[in-house]
Amino acid sequence: MTRLSISNAPLRVFDESVVEFLGELSAELLKSPIVRRHPDLSAFAFYVRKANLARLQGTMNPGGGRLGRGLCFHIAPANIPVNFAFSWVFSLLAGNANVVRLPSRDFPQVDALLEVVDGALGRHPALRERNAFVKYPRTDVETTAMYSAMADCRMIWGGDRTIAAIRAMPTMPRCVDVCFADRYSVALIDGAAVLAADDARIARLAEDFYNDTYLMDQNACSSPQVILWESDSPSARERFWTAVEAVAKRKYVLQDAVAVDKYTMLCEEAAGSLATGRVTRAGNLLYRVELEALPKDVFAHRGRGGLFFEHSLKSREGLFEVVTEKFQTVTQFGIDALALRDEIVSHGLRGIDRIVPIGQAMDIGAVWDGYNLVETLSRTVSAS
Amino acid sequence: MTLDDLFMIDPYSLNEADKESALSGILSDRTRRHYANCPEYRAILDGLGYRPDAGAVALERLPFMPVRLFKALELRSVPKESVVKTLTSSGTSGQAVSRIFLDAENVRNQTKTLNAIISSFIGKGRLPLLLLDTEMIKKDRSMYSARGAGIIGFSIFGRDSTFALDADMKMDVDKVAAFFDRHSEEPILMFGYTYMIWQFVVRALEESGRRFNAKNAILFHIGGWKKLKDQQVDALEFNRRVQGVLGNVKVYNYYGMAEQLGSVFVECEHGHMHCSNYSDVIIRRPCDFSAAGIGERGLIELLSVLPTSYPGHVLLTEDEGEILGVDDCPCGRKGRYFKIHGRIKAAEVRGCSDTFEHK
Repeated sequence: MTRLSISNAPLRVFDESVVEFLGELSAELLKSPIVRRHPDLSAFAFYVRKANLARLQGTMNPGGGRLGRGLCFHIAPANIPVNFAFSWVFSLLAGNANVVRLPSRDFPQVDALLEVVDGALGRHPALRERNAFVKYPRTDVETTAMYSAMADCRMIWGGDRTIAAIRAMPTMPRCVDVCFADRYSVALIDGAAVLAADDARIARLAEDFYNDTYLMDQNACSSPQVILWESDSPSARERFWTAVEAVAKRKYVLQDAVAVDKYTMLCEEAAGSLATGRVTRAGNLLYRVELEALPKDVFAHRGRGGLFFEHSLKSREGLFEVVTEKFQTVTQFGIDALALRDEIVSHGLRGIDRIVPIGQAMDIGAVWDGYNLVETLSRTVSAS
Repeated sequence: MTLDDLFMIDPYSLNEADKESALSGILSDRTRRHYANCPEYRAILDGLGYRPDAGAVALERLPFMPVRLFKALELRSVPKESVVKTLTSSGTSGQAVSRIFLDAENVRNQTKTLNAIISSFIGKGRLPLLLLDTEMIKKDRSMYSARGAGIIGFSIFGRDSTFALDADMKMDVDKVAAFFDRHSEEPILMFGYTYMIWQFVVRALEESGRRFNAKNAILFHIGGWKKLKDQQVDALEFNRRVQGVLGNVKVYNYYGMAEQLGSVFVECEHGHMHCSNYSDVIIRRPCDFSAAGIGERGLIELLSVLPTSYPGHVLLTEDEGEILGVDDCPCGRKGRYFKIHGRIKAAEVRGCSDTFEHK
């Protein structure tokens, strides 16, 4: 265990040196051939483009002096490779120094990214002194405790159990924790819109849905587990699922273990729940379980590798009744997102932080899980 | 045909057509019985859209239960009061255990079946039995584990049952030597778990330099090969090394699951794992669960006529294997014979990447 010496004096929010550094990083990444092989890396490279950062800065609450909180300690999730980089960037933009714990598993895109980051930091010695990327086993709680004791804020990814364990460690009294707990997401589709769309639109919708779900085996919190249908009709469902199955057939590699897991889940669901009705299953790529009613514990129903729950929504109230603080994302097609947002607010719901078009479930942003991250990770200096 | 009819004939006597007709009748009846008596099983078949009609269903079309279901659910087709034994499988460390509920009839049929199968290899008489394990496994009644159950189950084939290992899993060489002396003029039977035998008998004796010289022994061993595979030890090497430390031993590996105790699969002299009349194997393609042909790798589904008190008669395992042939093994045993390749590879957790570019 090595004690890091790290400079933790706060910088301004969107400090020029930071924006310039990220712009360079973006340009270099976009030149690198490995980025083209990893869509998550190129998404990151695009995100930290100078123009995008300027746009982001424009959306920030201006008034007053905003400064970083000091040192931010990031605990990145183990299974989503590039998440650590986004976490780091939000904190960097907020004006903090950073210790970033990398995913414990090895990913080629993490190594590639770090190499470029290292090169770029070499030309920004002042920032280099403020940022450290560390990798150690999850079981090494002493190191996590040491960084926690130093931190002015912590970004804790990785689910309920990780959060509980890390929050139990002593921190400074003013330390701010941003916790990303286990969340649950659904899709909301307007059947009439599916029928009205042309074939090209449906093909794109199916690709988008595939990217939200199959691409990561439905492991992400923002991957929809239940598909809720408004203006429901058998022909709309048929059209949608036929297109999705065609994409899955073309792209998805069903691992043997996932096929077994999925079938086991299907049987468990059938055995366990009175709410589950019929199962649609042709081949092993796509399983659909019809929920006659939305159970109160709908968040306990999770699929994997192409197992989806479906429900015909008679009214939004039916959804709102089961929404808890666990609900994160609604991916939608053919829905008025702003109207839905207003309904969520007027109903005083405890969950649903995010409504995005189908295809953007994985697109992380500076507002995530209901937090405005740059704001949360910085402090306001007020004067009157 | 009924189970009782099967008990009347040699356990490896049915050819493909006769077996399909016998087993489809018995297993379809099992499906109906479990459907009527096990609510979870009924809900699963309802969910899958399977209706158990009267009459026999082809083996390939019988609905299969994933074996892990027995870890998640308590599946019973008899009233709680009828359960005389609850069997737990040890499973991989840190995981939930399976619970298998047995009534008296089920236990009786398991014993009769194991008896029929093993007797066809060793003859009807009871032989002196050396158990290559510790007696502790039998004494620890707090958990009726599959390992303990296996030891107790096998003991019916022997007399003068003697445990070779002490409580610390060390071989009691004096006790074993005395056993060999007592029975130097007759065939002897040995039983144990593959890895235990490797670790605490073969390796231990090799290190100590002590050798025994059995004149005519038969060893049955059961259990996973994973750890041995990691050490590059295959069946031939295992047999050779067993013979190196114990003498003239005929080694039979067999395969059975806690979920289908009794109807075990024994590897013949030609290295082929055989189904008996009481069991069958189907290989399923993971992509759509269709039945694979001879020589095609896939998921192993195991069928057993025995499970009556729990719905475990048709199980999808998490092992990979292939059917090598049917009715034509040079050993003369009828039925399908197959090869087990081991546990399916654990799923890789997919990140956000690299599926885009790969076509």
